[in-house]
Amino acid sequence: MMRRYIAKRIAQAVGVLWAAYTLSFFILVLLPGDPVTAMAGQGMDSAPVDPARLEALRAEYGFDQPAPLQYLEYLGRALTGDLGDSVATGRPVTQLITEALPQTLLLTASALTLALLFGGALAMAATYSERRWVRQFLLSLPPLGVSVPTFWIGLMLVQFFSFRNAWFPAFGNDGVKGLVLPAVTLAVPTGAQIALVLAKSLSTTLDEPYIATAKAKGAGRVHVHLRHALRNAALPALTVAGLLVGALMANAVVIETVFSRNGLGRVTQAAVAAQDIPVVQGVVVYGALVFVVVNLLVDLVYPLLDPRIVLAPTRPQAVAA
Amino acid sequence: MGRTMTPALVAGLLFLAACGSGSGTSGAGGGSGEPKTGGTLTFAVGSDTGCADPQQVASNDSIYSVRQLVDSLTDQDPETGEIVPWLAESWDVSKDASTFTFHLREGVTFSDGTELTADVVKANFEAVPDLGALATLATGYLTGVKEITAEDPQTLTVAFEHPNAQFLQATSTHSLGIVSQASTELTPQERCTQGIVGSGPFTLAEYVPSQSATLKKRTGYAWGSSLWTKDGEAYLDEVVFKVLPEAGVRTGSLQSGQVDAIGNVARADEPALEASGATLQARANPGAVFNLGVNNSNPILQDEKVRQGLRNAIDRQQIADTVFNSGTEPATSILSRTTPGYHDLSAELGYAPEEAKALLEEAGWKPGADGVREKAGQKLALNLAWFANSPTNQPAVELIQQQLKDAGVAVELKQYEISQGPEVQQSGDFDLMWGNLTRADPDILRTLYSTSLANVYRVPASDLDSTLTAEAGAVDAAERKELVAQAQEAIVGNAYVIPVVELQTKLGVAARVHDLNFEASSRIQLHDTWVE
Repeated sequence: MMRRYIAKRIAQAVGVLWAAYTLSFFILVLLPGDPVTAMAGQGMDSAPVDPARLEALRAEYGFDQPAPLQYLEYLGRALTGDLGDSVATGRPVTQLITEALPQTLLLTASALTLALLFGGALAMAATYSERRWVRQFLLSLPPLGVSVPTFWIGLMLVQFFSFRNAWFPAFGNDGVKGLVLPAVTLAVPTGAQIALVLAKSLSTTLDEPYIATAKAKGAGRVHVHLRHALRNAALPALTVAGLLVGALMANAVVIETVFSRNGLGRVTQAAVAAQDIPVVQGVVVYGALVFVVVNLLVDLVYPLLDPRIVLAPTRPQAVAA
Repeated sequence: MGRTMTPALVAGLLFLAACGSGSGTSGAGGGSGEPKTGGTLTFAVGSDTGCADPQQVASNDSIYSVRQLVDSLTDQDPETGEIVPWLAESWDVSKDASTFTFHLREGVTFSDGTELTADVVKANFEAVPDLGALATLATGYLTGVKEITAEDPQTLTVAFEHPNAQFLQATSTHSLGIVSQASTELTPQERCTQGIVGSGPFTLAEYVPSQSATLKKRTGYAWGSSLWTKDGEAYLDEVVFKVLPEAGVRTGSLQSGQVDAIGNVARADEPALEASGATLQARANPGAVFNLGVNNSNPILQDEKVRQGLRNAIDRQQIADTVFNSGTEPATSILSRTTPGYHDLSAELGYAPEEAKALLEEAGWKPGADGVREKAGQKLALNLAWFANSPTNQPAVELIQQQLKDAGVAVELKQYEISQGPEVQQSGDFDLMWGNLTRADPDILRTLYSTSLANVYRVPASDLDSTLTAEAGAVDAAERKELVAQAQEAIVGNAYVIPVVELQTKLGVAARVHDLNFEASSRIQLHDTWVE
């Protein structure tokens, strides 16, 4: 039954990938201009471009074909695993992505780790504290973290920790030092989300009768908090963490630009600016893939945290609490 | 907490290209002490075209690095505009300016060890038309080429179908910088991603698109431009170009010494940079100034008086002083002061709001109830197309909108992406269009306003055409200057276009950097640059 469940999820994932691929293609095609005019219009100057030459170039790159035909050609190639070549640079899309990927994975993984650690700790501290003002103060931090724009956080951090005090480099991919500021920046909104959800679900859980039972049996506060409450309260936070992977990748575009880090975000930004359809689609497919896989993993982890959850919906009696 | 946070720091996020421009002739930094050999210069730019081939790039941020990899047949004196020897020791131009013969210097080698010969230059020029969508500049320079002949290893003849006086200046540009035979045989995309092999004072050690370009000194270099002060090799061992898209990060990195120089300094960042001891270096870009390109086929704008009214209603000084980096000059012709053949027409480009109103009245546009002028029930309403490729564009067009409103003209701003530029130009779907064009040769006027070329601005056929055709065939410098002056008078007088302000390239340079020089096109030359 587990196998059936996974097969079903994989079928869904393929559907999601196809939808993402198709949607991104038509959005890019609907945008005014095309990669050829984007290339011809480079720079700030408004030099007139010979229309006949533009037409010839469009034909050369295949952009004179009707959009549905272009789409079928791209899709056919994609099905054989070939995501095509970048229009702007001529390099294979798969190569562009695999080159940029490690840096982005490193950044997002570091940020997610920091987010889980600090977001979790904040939620725990806020719900554990018995002083009202401490609680209120701590609980007011996550909404702030969620609402402040990521690039602004990045710029503030750079201002203090790089320009005024030369503790960390302001840009680049060099070593652990270069990773600190971008990872912290990226961790702020992510950690805030986790803290928000976890704090809410912890306080709900702490009101549950079984907590009172545990306390009545003489369990210590720390024990109740960690052992009894957190385990149950972690589920919604885990779901959010799965969803946050998408947000992390989106924020990476901004962070990598602010900190001038090599990575998938920069590749995406450059490709969108150049309307480089194959590259954008490659990134979209990759992003959808990560998103689908992570959320599948999250679903598979649920039963480990909460034995009441059984993944096969075919056995309704198993769900009974 | 945001004590030192400048507005530009916050506002500048995610700005894509925006290559600056501008030029200046004297080096940065005071000339303290003897030049030193060695060291590394780190230069931060805001964008990257994704291409390390000088023949294919057009944005300053990319030109800065790749220009150092190649030499050109000629060089251009930034002071006088004169064309002087570089790879070509001398040249002959036919009487009708249609055939050019270059006599190449001997003993020049590319960094792959091969020799510079007339055949290599021929291969370079013959490959240009196949360079693809990026190479609009180089292909433009070679339009109408009839035959390229290598007479002997040191003699090259380029013949055009028509008189083409601009070609001599074109040979001094980065776009016609000479690459090795092997590089000419690569596909345009390979040239972009691998980079090319040149004979220049630096070689490309590493290129990471959107990230960085690392240049190393070419050892044994001995064929520098006749304009350079140092003979032989460059002073610097290494130059690293970093792409930092965020303006605030570029500024902060220069202030904190993480980089040595930055391109595109914004007005708001100037005080902080000056306070940190950096030198601000500026030069006006040669070519067509920032202007309102007029769609002369528009029924309202066909009326000369309306165009002249718009021209007189613009307070250029106010725009220069509030929007652009300090030192920016209002336009005094359609060409900027640093363009060879520039002709001062400041008398016609002063701010004259009363005259403007009178001209519009004469044209039959009377003030309406809402302040917008009307004629036969029609409102004097125009759209203004502008492109989001430079942070100064929006404030500039907004100020113009205000100024024209005071004259009773309603202007609607229409923003486009730069990729839409060619389409907007072709379709003619604009009344006014904000733009400029950098070129250190007055032939830019023919490119923009001759009715026999693209004629984006739908200029009506007139004497201007014959003037521009004559200019393209004028070998004699004085004669050409006279023709170019006539052309400027016709363009500004008839207000076929409304010049607004000059574009000024402004660099921020750390105190330890000396002799970072502007060349004639207001881009940089690093052969003579040294660091403490």
